[in-house]
Amino acid sequence: MAITRRQARALLLTPAGLWYAALLLLPLAVVLIFSFGERSPIGGYAPGFTLEQYANLPSRFAAFRNTLTLAPLGTVAALLIAYPLAYFLALRVDPKWKTLLLVLVIVPFWTSILIRSYAWIFLLGGKGIPALLAQFGLEDIRLLNTPFAVLLGIVYGYLPLMVFPIYVALEKLDKRLLEAAADLGTPPWRSFLQITLPLSMPGVLTGSMLVFILLMGEFLIPSILGGGKVFFIGNAMVDLFLQSRNWAFGSAVAVALVVIMLITVAIYSRLIKRFGASRDDVGLM
Amino acid sequence: MRLYALAVYAFLYLPIAIIALFSFSAGRSAASLQGFSVHWYHKALHNPFVLEALWTSVRVAFLSALLATIAGTLASLALTGMRGRVRAIFDTLVQVAVMIPGIVIGIATLIALVSVFDLVNPWLEPLTGLKLSLGTGSLVAAHGLFTMSLVILLVRGRMESLDPALIEASGDLGATPVATFFQVTLPQILPAIMAGFLLAFTFSFDDFIIAFFVAGSDTTLPIYIFSSIRRGVTPEINAIGTMVMGASLTILIVAQVMLRRSQAQPRP
Repeated sequence: MAITRRQARALLLTPAGLWYAALLLLPLAVVLIFSFGERSPIGGYAPGFTLEQYANLPSRFAAFRNTLTLAPLGTVAALLIAYPLAYFLALRVDPKWKTLLLVLVIVPFWTSILIRSYAWIFLLGGKGIPALLAQFGLEDIRLLNTPFAVLLGIVYGYLPLMVFPIYVALEKLDKRLLEAAADLGTPPWRSFLQITLPLSMPGVLTGSMLVFILLMGEFLIPSILGGGKVFFIGNAMVDLFLQSRNWAFGSAVAVALVVIMLITVAIYSRLIKRFGASRDDVGLM
Repeated sequence: MRLYALAVYAFLYLPIAIIALFSFSAGRSAASLQGFSVHWYHKALHNPFVLEALWTSVRVAFLSALLATIAGTLASLALTGMRGRVRAIFDTLVQVAVMIPGIVIGIATLIALVSVFDLVNPWLEPLTGLKLSLGTGSLVAAHGLFTMSLVILLVRGRMESLDPALIEASGDLGATPVATFFQVTLPQILPAIMAGFLLAFTFSFDDFIIAFFVAGSDTTLPIYIFSSIRRGVTPEINAIGTMVMGASLTILIVAQVMLRRSQAQPRP
């Protein structure tokens, strides 16, 4: 029995389609519906249609403030550290070593963020760097459970994701432009500012968008390195769903987070379009 | 420039190296380095809680990676060269699944599954004696959702870079579409499929956030590590962390090398 191309395609797409419907679309729809509901007296969700939960969002102001200050800070810090490395990998390194060095940058991103953050508890904790600093006379310096520790943790965690898109943009750059500029007597710093930097902007924007979005949804790093003192939106959600069991309010916080993310993506997409890049080279893997 | 790069690599790898170093300490305290011993490895590998969590993690990672690779590869085969609305819908689904924060997907999956189970169980239980609950099944389903999207990105990317002339030539020479798939297409996309499987496996094995919500009463290794960290830094956790890191790094480097060998141009 022969089947048409169309039927074959439908058949091939069925498992993935069902998976997306049941575990992506349904859960997101449930969160959206719950966000208009109420908290049932015994915890969990009671049906309803009210905007009360959204009106209540300012009660979690601290979490939104922490997230919306530390996420941009972390993104900028990661960008400043990543750019020179990406530049080095794309334009300066011996091609022989390129693949290995690239793999070494991206690989940590795929390993356990839990264990990598744990390593910083170890380093920032009382017997780590503070003990070392004490030997130089800098005593009583507290690092763990501070916003600084959270910032360090997020930069450490997401740096690889920033390096890659910038690397891809710089790698694509037509090196003849730089040669031409040099032949015409342009000093290197000027050709960097006028050629390299503008042409690498798509990578910079893509990397910043990826890192910023992931940082906004962060929960693990603030909870491990912030010691419950530096609360992100993600921590507020965990608290609402698992401790206070206020599913309706928790859902409203989740919807608010997703909306902030969508706005970010929309702004970035517009910027990326302006710089004339294709969105295909978003480098996750 | 070179020094700077060296410093960044040190920043990326030193913390992991220090954990590894201290895991071989013979001392009782996690923060002191005394002698060399594999005592803590021995202890970790004989801890029944660790072993049970490890077994759960491996089982979930293997099953979710396998199912995600199959469903993702099938979808990629259909999506390659496809245009129109269905393609646009799938592209959006893949992007949403990859971009949405783990915490949102974890919590959303938790409340959706709990709500569905509450609806279904009163009917199902009297009929079959079965009761749906969170556990291995929900872990596999939730991890697979994310990793299937990764597989689609990888395999579709590879498919789209294939030379269509080879497939046409195979057809012109009289091969059936099925024979062409197995003899021409599959060998070329196999490295991407394998890399997808390995990435999917490590993602699931290392994931804490989604598992934290949908594991029910099951404990995966990252959940075990997280609850131990809350009780403080111990040499045993250093040893477990080193082993997990070692395993992930090995698998990932293999996956990356496969991916890069299969492609003319390095693609992240």
